[in-house]
Amino acid sequence: MLKIKNLVVAYGNIIALQGISLLVEEGELVTLIGSNGAGKTTCLKTISGLLKPISGSITYLGEDTARLLPHEIVKRGISQSPEGRHIFARLTVGENLMLGAIQRNDNIAIKADQEYVFTLFPILKERFNQVAGTLSGGEQQMLAIGRALMSHPRLLLLDEPSLGLAPILVQRIFASIQKVRAEGGTVLLVEQNARQALTIADRGYVLEAGRIILEATAEELRTNSEVEKAYLGG
Amino acid sequence: MTFIEYLIQQTINALSLGSIYALVAIGLAMVFGILRLINFAHGDLMMVACYVAFFLISSGIGFGPVFILSILAVTLLGILMERVAYRPVRGAPDVIMLLTSLAVSIFIQNIFIMFLSPVPRSFRNITPSFLDIVNKWGAVGISNINIVTIVITAILFILLTLFVTKTRLGTSMRATSENLIAAQLIGVHIDRVILTAFAIGSAMAGIAGFLWAARLGKIDPLMGFIPLLKAFVAAVIGGFGSLGGAVIGAYVLGFAEIFLIGFLPPSLSSYRDAFVFVLLILVLLIRPNGILGSTEREKV
Repeated sequence: MLKIKNLVVAYGNIIALQGISLLVEEGELVTLIGSNGAGKTTCLKTISGLLKPISGSITYLGEDTARLLPHEIVKRGISQSPEGRHIFARLTVGENLMLGAIQRNDNIAIKADQEYVFTLFPILKERFNQVAGTLSGGEQQMLAIGRALMSHPRLLLLDEPSLGLAPILVQRIFASIQKVRAEGGTVLLVEQNARQALTIADRGYVLEAGRIILEATAEELRTNSEVEKAYLGG
Repeated sequence: MTFIEYLIQQTINALSLGSIYALVAIGLAMVFGILRLINFAHGDLMMVACYVAFFLISSGIGFGPVFILSILAVTLLGILMERVAYRPVRGAPDVIMLLTSLAVSIFIQNIFIMFLSPVPRSFRNITPSFLDIVNKWGAVGISNINIVTIVITAILFILLTLFVTKTRLGTSMRATSENLIAAQLIGVHIDRVILTAFAIGSAMAGIAGFLWAARLGKIDPLMGFIPLLKAFVAAVIGGFGSLGGAVIGAYVLGFAEIFLIGFLPPSLSSYRDAFVFVLLILVLLIRPNGILGSTEREKV
């Protein structure tokens, strides 16, 4: 579904991704793990069109999307819940969700998707008329994922959904990611919390200093001694 | 003149002055909200609109068409500014955007000074003469220009409010000004939003230019500077980037200025701008983010 080949991305003179390749098949939950600064967020930003690669290709459903603008990429079915959540803090939860569907006209289907988001995160229904900036960190994360789902994506990109959350909330977020996937969704999950990510993923890639150093099924990565030492805390 | 009559008179004057500041401040706030760019050239759009009218009026097509063409011209100029000067520095550090807009402003002003001379020109024969009529109610005298200013501004606010709350483009604009990255990720075409912000802001600045020039009766290449400065203060007082804040700030400023002139002894009233800036400092001491400004903190 998504095929990245030899992708090179830089911020000015600093090269952040030094030619990475990865693949996400329809219906898969793939995770990209690695330490802070490895290039994980850069990779997702490039897929979403916020950054333009120097070279390499991103092919989504057979089309090269590397040069498209962010809104064109959303239109094709890729949406992202970004690192740091980036919710619309001064708008209500309901407005945030409706904005997630800003490109759509099918009001009935939008309502259905909103109901679906409420089944994943019932708290958002309770908080519907509350200003999003007043939500707790965990609720904001749920809102960010819910908003991304409101565009009815075929491929969902999640950037560090566990960042800064208490363990109990991390569990809840990951359970909902699993649910999205179980219902046929395709997910590319970027995480520093490698242990959690590898528990729910099918396959994983390990990114280090802009290069992919390992790729394997999640199970293999979980038991890999190097990965264990470097990312799973021994 | 009784005290009540005096209050009514000054309130109308303050509303009228505040309205002009508000029209300018909205454009500033709209662009700042999205791009974090303080557009110093915004005041020059007021000037350009007036000059376009000044030269078009001799063609004899009448005030209506001249007005529409002038506003159209500055709208295009605003869009051109964005494309030529501001788009290349989009996302650059704030200082670079600030200097770019300062450069655009100085460039436009000097083009006009070079080719059209810095000498002020009369705007009296351009606006319809009925604007100068003063209506008397007892001791209260209200000129038509004040009424027109207040009414036009009110209508424009209502239209703008409808636009940003009811249309998809307007909603996209609010989202973009809330959070640029998130707006892109939900699928907002930000180039279009930014273009719209410049177009609306420029058109409003052009209209404000007409109202300003009609009050003063003359135009010159640097006429946009003072209203720009006042609109900037208004936007800061209100909470920079928020449209509602900019409007509130503009009226606070309008009232402060008019009532300061009214109550201060004549020897001090020529220092009214100094008092305006003292007001700015006071507001910022008490509410550093302005009246409607909010501090956004990241939550964990």
